[in-house]
Amino acid sequence: MEIPVIAIQALIILAIFGITLLIATYCTWAERRIAGFLQDRPGPNRVGPWGLGQPLADAVKLFFKEEFIPANANKWLFIAGPSLAMLTALMSSAVVPFGNTLVLEDIGPIRLQGIEVNIGMLYIFGVVSLGVYGIMIGGWASNNKFSLLGAIRAASQNISYEIALGLSLIAVLMMSGTLSLREIALQQAEPLFGISGMNWNIFYQPLGFIIFLTCAFAETNRTPFDLPESEAELVGGYHTEYGSMKLGLYLFAEYVNIIVVSAVMSTLYFGGFNFPFQNEIGALLSNDPRIAHNIITILGTVVFFLKIFAFIFFFMWVRWTLPRFRYDQLLNLGWKGLIPLAIINIVLTGGFILLSEHFGW
Amino acid sequence: MQLTNRKKVLEQKPMTVAEKMYLPAIFNGLSITMRHFFKKKPTIQYPEQTREFGKEFRGLHVLRRDEQGRERCTACGLCAVACPAEAITMVAGERKKGEEHLYREEKYAVSYEINMLRCIFCGLCEEACPKEAVFLQNDKTVPPRFERDEFIYGKDRLVEPLNQANSKDNIKYRY
Repeated sequence: MEIPVIAIQALIILAIFGITLLIATYCTWAERRIAGFLQDRPGPNRVGPWGLGQPLADAVKLFFKEEFIPANANKWLFIAGPSLAMLTALMSSAVVPFGNTLVLEDIGPIRLQGIEVNIGMLYIFGVVSLGVYGIMIGGWASNNKFSLLGAIRAASQNISYEIALGLSLIAVLMMSGTLSLREIALQQAEPLFGISGMNWNIFYQPLGFIIFLTCAFAETNRTPFDLPESEAELVGGYHTEYGSMKLGLYLFAEYVNIIVVSAVMSTLYFGGFNFPFQNEIGALLSNDPRIAHNIITILGTVVFFLKIFAFIFFFMWVRWTLPRFRYDQLLNLGWKGLIPLAIINIVLTGGFILLSEHFGW
Repeated sequence: MQLTNRKKVLEQKPMTVAEKMYLPAIFNGLSITMRHFFKKKPTIQYPEQTREFGKEFRGLHVLRRDEQGRERCTACGLCAVACPAEAITMVAGERKKGEEHLYREEKYAVSYEINMLRCIFCGLCEEACPKEAVFLQNDKTVPPRFERDEFIYGKDRLVEPLNQANSKDNIKYRY
């Protein structure tokens, strides 16, 4: 690769890193604001306009708190836990396609994506399943009953729901025939009923999407599946013993996970960076196909982020609506509900693909 | 044998298909919370906005002056006796010659202190006062302070300022 290409790629990676962290920071603010609004109160609105300085104040508070490690904790693993949680959460955003290509005259097309790998979905799955190690190690190293219980819950919950998550995804992969997230996103740019950029997988996989969404809630340990940290039963769950920025990292990792899962859901089911009437809008704005393409790419990136924000809002909305599942209900839903449904979904999808090939739809 | 008619038979029907799917109930709940999202918030942003006090609100005490600006209090001690929280202390003194424009009667309160941390704002002092001197204002509260000493209000903070007394409208009799 030439040096400008590498430099641009480095810039994109840095931008993705920064934007993910920035959104995660403001997720803490948004969570509290949305919680407030859903409960008929305004939420934090003192620090800066609309309380926008709140994340900064929180971060300062967390950084200045005492770095505390319990006497009987395993010191190294105690530190490794939150670091791992954060690391795995951030790693998975590398393969998410945040936009189509920007075509520059002398350099050529630039993909708005960290790295393009043809096994993107597999990579995300691998990294996300590593995420449970952060929780498990942290909970175990704390040497606390509540932490350990929370960690065990997290482990069994994540493993159970990863199966249904993977199975619901297989149906999408059967349709697209590729594991690359960019390819899946580009396939959804086709017109549907004459509307360009509307060929979203949600119209073909509604059941798969619901299964994926439910599993995404479980994977990110969000209410109604936040049993690993259920305050009422386990004090704080796996992060009972954590304080200062180590706790901050755990909470942060949860938000980064939500962002990544939202991005993956938008890519897989909601057309990624495609938006309705994109070709017409591009043609309207510029006659030069190259400039039109670039404009659509930039608009598409904005739309992609809007989709992510919508999903983040949905995550928070659900959190402040639903009560927590009981543990046996959680496992029943996962093993007896979602996994069979996901398998049925695969069979149905396979049948439709066979039929469509046979009849040439 | 039926003792009361409050008995309720607990019904434990098996869940219907719709209930087992959870989704209808979830959408129902989501719509409820979304309605609350757009509701007007009843929050009062306290230091900037304050709630209106009622007419009968009992707030910060004041020691009134009469029409000529003389202190009404004669240090009879009835308020201190009436006070259930024992928040009021006072020292009586005799009026000297030449002080007639300051104190209405021959006896007056040299010091008059109310401990606002003990006070329960019941208004019994106000009821006990035969001279209509001590009142609880319905528009002022005791402001927050950092030191306990600052909650012991002496005459400097209790006696109403001179210029205020002369305008008759300012005296809020509540009977």
